[in-house]
Amino acid sequence: MQLAVVINGSPTASQAANTGLRYIEAALASGHQEPRVFFYGEAVHIANRLTTPPQDESNLTHRWQALAQQHNIELIVCIAAAIRRGVMDEREAKRHEQTSGNLAEGFELSGLGQLIDATLNADRLITFGGQQ
Amino acid sequence: MVLHTVNQAPHSSQCLTDCLRVISAPAALLLIEDGSYAATVANAPLFDNLDCNIDCYVLLPDLEARGLLTLVSPRFTPISDCAFVALSTQCQRVQSWY
Amino acid sequence: MSQAGSILLVLRHSPYSSQIAREALDAALTAAAFEVPVSLLFLNDGVYQLISEQQPEQLRAKNLSKALPALALYDIDQIYTSKSCLDIRGLNAAALCITAEPLDDAAVARLFHQYQHILSF
Repeated sequence: MQLAVVINGSPTASQAANTGLRYIEAALASGHQEPRVFFYGEAVHIANRLTTPPQDESNLTHRWQALAQQHNIELIVCIAAAIRRGVMDEREAKRHEQTSGNLAEGFELSGLGQLIDATLNADRLITFGGQQ
Repeated sequence: MVLHTVNQAPHSSQCLTDCLRVISAPAALLLIEDGSYAATVANAPLFDNLDCNIDCYVLLPDLEARGLLTLVSPRFTPISDCAFVALSTQCQRVQSWY
Repeated sequence: MSQAGSILLVLRHSPYSSQIAREALDAALTAAAFEVPVSLLFLNDGVYQLISEQQPEQLRAKNLSKALPALALYDIDQIYTSKSCLDIRGLNAAALCITAEPLDDAAVARLFHQYQHILSF
């Protein structure tokens, strides 16, 4: 089945990005096609390459990157939500006169149209959210 | 069939109450993350009025993380991440309460 | 039977304390721009988004009650809310910032079954 997964919770203030990642890993292990993933709201912080958990803790950003690389999954991050929260690629950083971007490798900024497109083309859509 | 997921603990948030107010068969309920606290025997009365045709599940990794394995109410079936995926594809749509 | 390609947005959070209300609205308007049949359900604290005469100027926040009428401009007219959620919060269904059909709990329950996909906010 074609699954669409929306992550809408902070990676540090919720389990959304963690549960979502495990859901996708399980979906792939179960033989589903590569899910479409959309990071919205506070979830965009997962795409900040500067996040540095202690060495003895799991790095959730790295785990998403590894998943994307291993399975050729696009990690789409809502561009408006990201910029608002200070997550930018080099192009947006330049556009907004910031000294540099901080988008982690493997993540891509795109518009809400991607969310709608993923929804329309999905057999199933699931949202992982966090307490607001 | 609608899958409802609840990820907030039952006494600090209205999520579960809000869900139970409007959940209707055909549906399944899956407690995840902090929602797993509601799957304990002590919280079983919260589900007394839930339609018995609505199957109740709780995500195993969340139960284990929180040390709740021995406290799970018989109303709830602990399921793995893979079973979560299977459940979500058996249902037609998912409402996430958070 | 749910309509193919139809989306129900479920909006459960109050405005101003986080971005979720605004970001849900943006998603709704984008879906409409793609000509996707989209309906909205304002539920639980989401009904607070419907209060008229919101004045967030001192918060320097954009006024959601002035933004929601854009839904009508995008032909999103299937907008629902919950009678019980309004009543519990002392809100008057006839005095909201946009037209939203108040449903009883049973009708809200049925709504979840009527769309192909649900976007939960």
